Amino acid sequence: MNEPNTPVFLERQSYRRRRLIDLIRMLPLMGALLWAVPLLWPSGADSTMATSKAIIYLFAVWLGMVLLGAILARLLQKAEDQDPDRGN
Amino acid sequence: MATLNTLVAVCLVYVTFLFAIAFAAERAAKQGHGGWLRSPLVYTLSLSIYCTAWTFYGAVGYAARSGLEYLTIYIGPSLVMVGWWWVLRKLVRIGRSQRVTSIADLISSRYGKSNLLAVGVTILAVIGTTPYIALQLQSVTLSFDVFSGTNEVAGSIVDKDSTALWVAMGLTLFTIVFGTRNLDVNERHHGVVIAIAVEAIVKLFALLAVGAFVVWGLGGGVSETLQRIDASEIGMWEMRGDRWAALIFLSAAAFLCLPRMFQVMVVENDHENYLRTASWAFPAYLMVMSLFVVPIAVVGLDILPEGSNPDLFVLTLPLATGRDGLAMLSFLGGFSSATSMVIVASLALSTMVSNHIVMPIWLSVTGGGAKISGDVRNVVILSRRLSIAGVVALGYLYFRLSGGGTALASIGLVSFAGVAQFLPVLLGGIFWRGATRIGAFAGLSVGFMVWAYALLLPSFGSGVLIPQHVMENGPFGMGWMRPQAFFGIEGMDPLVHAVLWSISLNSLFFFVASLIGFPSPLERLQGAQFVNVFEHSRRPQGWSGSAAQSEDLMIMAQRILGAREAQNLFEREAQKQGVSGYLPDPSPDFLQKLERELSGSVGAATAHAMIGQIVGGASVSVRDLMAVADETAQMMEYSSKLETKSEEQARTARQLRQANEKLTQLSVQKDAFLSQVSHELRTPMTSIRAFSEILRDSEKLSGQEKVKYSSIIHDEAIRLTRLLDDLLDLSVLESGQVNLNTQSGVLVEVLDHAISSALTGSGEDRLIVRRRKSHEVVHMTTDLDRLGQVFINLIGNAQKYCEATPAELTINVSLNEGNVLVDFIDNGSGISKEDQAVIFEKFARVGEMKAGGAGLGLAICREIMARLGGSVSYLPGQGGAAFRVILPMVQNKVVH
Repeated sequence: MNEPNTPVFLERQSYRRRRLIDLIRMLPLMGALLWAVPLLWPSGADSTMATSKAIIYLFAVWLGMVLLGAILARLLQKAEDQDPDRGN
Repeated sequence: MATLNTLVAVCLVYVTFLFAIAFAAERAAKQGHGGWLRSPLVYTLSLSIYCTAWTFYGAVGYAARSGLEYLTIYIGPSLVMVGWWWVLRKLVRIGRSQRVTSIADLISSRYGKSNLLAVGVTILAVIGTTPYIALQLQSVTLSFDVFSGTNEVAGSIVDKDSTALWVAMGLTLFTIVFGTRNLDVNERHHGVVIAIAVEAIVKLFALLAVGAFVVWGLGGGVSETLQRIDASEIGMWEMRGDRWAALIFLSAAAFLCLPRMFQVMVVENDHENYLRTASWAFPAYLMVMSLFVVPIAVVGLDILPEGSNPDLFVLTLPLATGRDGLAMLSFLGGFSSATSMVIVASLALSTMVSNHIVMPIWLSVTGGGAKISGDVRNVVILSRRLSIAGVVALGYLYFRLSGGGTALASIGLVSFAGVAQFLPVLLGGIFWRGATRIGAFAGLSVGFMVWAYALLLPSFGSGVLIPQHVMENGPFGMGWMRPQAFFGIEGMDPLVHAVLWSISLNSLFFFVASLIGFPSPLERLQGAQFVNVFEHSRRPQGWSGSAAQSEDLMIMAQRILGAREAQNLFEREAQKQGVSGYLPDPSPDFLQKLERELSGSVGAATAHAMIGQIVGGASVSVRDLMAVADETAQMMEYSSKLETKSEEQARTARQLRQANEKLTQLSVQKDAFLSQVSHELRTPMTSIRAFSEILRDSEKLSGQEKVKYSSIIHDEAIRLTRLLDDLLDLSVLESGQVNLNTQSGVLVEVLDHAISSALTGSGEDRLIVRRRKSHEVVHMTTDLDRLGQVFINLIGNAQKYCEATPAELTINVSLNEGNVLVDFIDNGSGISKEDQAVIFEKFARVGEMKAGGAGLGLAICREIMARLGGSVSYLPGQGGAAFRVILPMVQNKVVH
C-alpha cells in the first residue's frame, strides 16, 4: 500500500469509486423529487390525471430506482474489489 | 366453502412447517454449516416484516377509500433503502461495532450509556407497538371469521376472542421457543429469521396469485383492468399534497425507528454487504407487493355487494368467485404477515424490556453482578420469556378492550407517528457530535407529549379521552392549544398536523437543549465513537482496572454468556496476549472487549455496570480524551505507536518469562525424576535381588515360603515392567511412531467402559460420577482404546486426588463447531496456579506423591490427544479440578 510507484492507477480507481458513491447518494434525492411530481398535478374536482396513468408513472419511477440501484450496487462491489485502498 | 376445521388444520400444518424450518435452521447453524442461512436474499426477505397484515389486507381497503395514497407507505421505506449510503450503512456499522441489541440500546449507548433514557425509549416503544400487535390479532380473527362463514357482522364476540387468544398463545410459544433458545452473544436468531423469510415468500406469492387472478381472471387483462380503474370511483387522481408528502416522510421515519425493523435491519444483520443487495431488492419487493393493490380494490368494489368490507377484498374476492384454494392461499398470506410481525416485534420489545427494565431492577435488588450466586443467564432468559408473553398479552388486552372494531384500522399510522419520534434523537446521535443526553430527553418527551395530545388521545374519538370542549376551545379556554389546531392554524389534516408539530417541536427541543447543556466525558466519547464510526471503530472508553481478577471476571462471564462462550472468549484473548491457558491479564483492551460481548446479552448499560462492579470504576484515559479532540490526531498516532510497541515488548517479555519459568521447573523436575526413577527402579530391584538370593542360598525353605518369595519377585517385576511400559508408551507417542487403531463407536460406551475400569477395586470411598447420558450419545470415529485410556486416567486421577467427602466427579459432554468437548470436573480443592503450568509435563506430581505412580499419566494423555487431533487441558474457574478433553468429531489425518 505504501509503495510510491503504483498510485497513478489507484487514484484513478479511487476517484471513480468516489464519484460512484456520489451517484448512489443522489439516488434517493432523485427518487424523492420524482415522487414529489404528483404534488404538481391538479387534484380534486378539476383533476385531469387518470389514476391508471398515475399508477404507470409512479411504478415506472419505482422500477427505474430498483434497476439503477441494482446496477450501481454491482458496480460499487466491482470497484471495491479492484481497489485495495478502500477507505470510507 | 371450507369449514372452520379445515382452516384450523391448514393453519396447524403451516405452523408446524414453520416450526420445522426454524428448528432445522437452528440445528444447521449449531453444527456450523448454516452459511446458506445468512445470505443477502434471506436478509432482504426478513426485512419484509415491514409488510404486516395491515398492509396485506389493509392496503386494498386503503386504496378503495383514498386511491393511491396507500403507496406512500411503501415509497418512504423504498427511499430509505435506496439511500442506504446515508443512514443505514452507518446504523449497521454502529450496530455491529457497538454490539447494539435494540433501538433503546443504541440510543442509551450513544447518550452516555444512560439507562434512564433506555427505559424511556423502551416504554414509548411498547406504547407505540401494542396497538399494532392488536391490529394483527384483529386481522387474523377477521379473516378466520370470513372463512368460517360466520360473517363478521353477525360474528359472536366470544368466538372472535378465543381465536385471537389461540393465535396470541401460539405466537408467544413460537417466539419463546426460537427467540430465547440461546442467549446469543450478538442477539441473532437463525430460526426466527429463516421462518420470517419463508413467511415473506408466502405472503408475496399469495398476494401475487390473487392479483394475477383478479387482473387476468376477472379483469380480462391488463388494459381492460386499467380502463376499469379509470372508470371506478377512484378513477381520477385525487390527492392531498400535504398528506402525500407527510406520509412518505412518516413511513420513512417509522421504517428506521420501528423496534421490529431495527431488529431485523441492524441487530440481525450478519454482514454489511447484505445491505448493498437489500438496497435495491427490498424496494423491488415492496413494488411487487403493491402492484396489484389497486386492481384488487377496483374489481372488489365492482363485483362484491355494496357495503362489503374493502379491508378483506383479498380474501372475499376469491371466495365470492368460488376459488377456495386461492382464498386459502390468501388467508395463509395474511396469516404469515400477521404472525411474522408479532414474532419479531415481541422479540425486539422483550429484549428491550428485559435488558433495560427487568435486569437493572434485578441487579440492584440482588445487590451486584459478580457476587450473587446463581445463574444470571437463566434470569435473563426467563425475564425475556416473560417479557414476550407480556408484550403479546398487552396486544391481546388492547384488542379485547378496543372491542376489535374499526377503531383499530386507523391505529397503524398513529403508531407510526409515535415511533417516528425517535428519529431526531437517532439521526442527531449518529450525525451530530453535539447531541447530548439532556437534549435527547427534552426532544423525546416533548415529541411524545405532542403526539399523545394531538394524535393518540383524539384517535379514540372526540369526547372519549379528551373532552369535546377541549377539542373545540383548547384546555382552560386556551385556544392556541387545541389538539388539532396548534397556534390557531386550522384546517390542517389532523395526522399531518400532529406529525408536523410533534417532529418539529421534538427536533427543536432536542437541538436547543443539546446546545445549552454540557455533556459528560462518556457521552462525548460515545458521541465521537458513533459519529466517526468509520474512522475509528474502536474503544469507546477505557477501564483502568488492572486490579480486576480475571477469575472473577470469568465466573461472571460464564454466568451471562454461558460457560463455553466465556471460555472460548477468554482462551482467545489469552492467546492474543501471549498467555497460555484460560486466564488473560485484565488489560483495558480485554475489559473493553468483554464489556462489548456482555452488552450483546444484557445491553450496554447493564454490562457497563457489571464490569464496573468487579473492576471498580471506569476511567476515561488520556488517550480516549485525545480521541475526542481530533486536532491532536498526530500526537495520538505517535503515542499509540509507542504504546503498541511497548505492549508488544511487554508481551514478548511475558512470553519469555513464562518460558523461563517452565524451563526452570522442567529442570527441577528432571532432577527430581532422575532420583525418582532411580528410586522407583531401585526399590523393586533390591527386593528382587534379596529374595532371589534367599531362594538361591537357603535350602530349608518350605514350599509355602518359596511360593511367597517368588510371588514377591513376580509382583516387583510387574511393577518394573509397568513403569518401563509407561516410559516406552510415552516415548513412542512423542516420537509419533504410533499406529492408531481407528474405529467407530459411541462416546457413551467409551465412558461407561472407562468408568468401570477406573473405579474397579476402589472401596467405600468410591467416587460418585454424575453424567447426563443423553448428551453423551455422540458417534465418533477415532482410536477408541486410546481415548478410553485418557478417560481412565482422568477419572483415576479424580479418584486418587479429590479429597472432598463424598468425592464427586461431573462429566459434561457438549458439541462445539464440530468438536466434542468432554469436561471432567471434581469437587475437590482444584489445582493451584503454579501447578497448573506443569501438570501435563512428564513426572509432574501434584502435592508430593500423595498417591503412587510415576507422574506419567497426564503426559501420556496429552500425547494421545495430540495424536487423535484433539487436546486435553486444565479448565480453571470451575470450583474443583477440571480437565477438558477436546476431540474432533471427524478425525483429521494427523501429520507426523
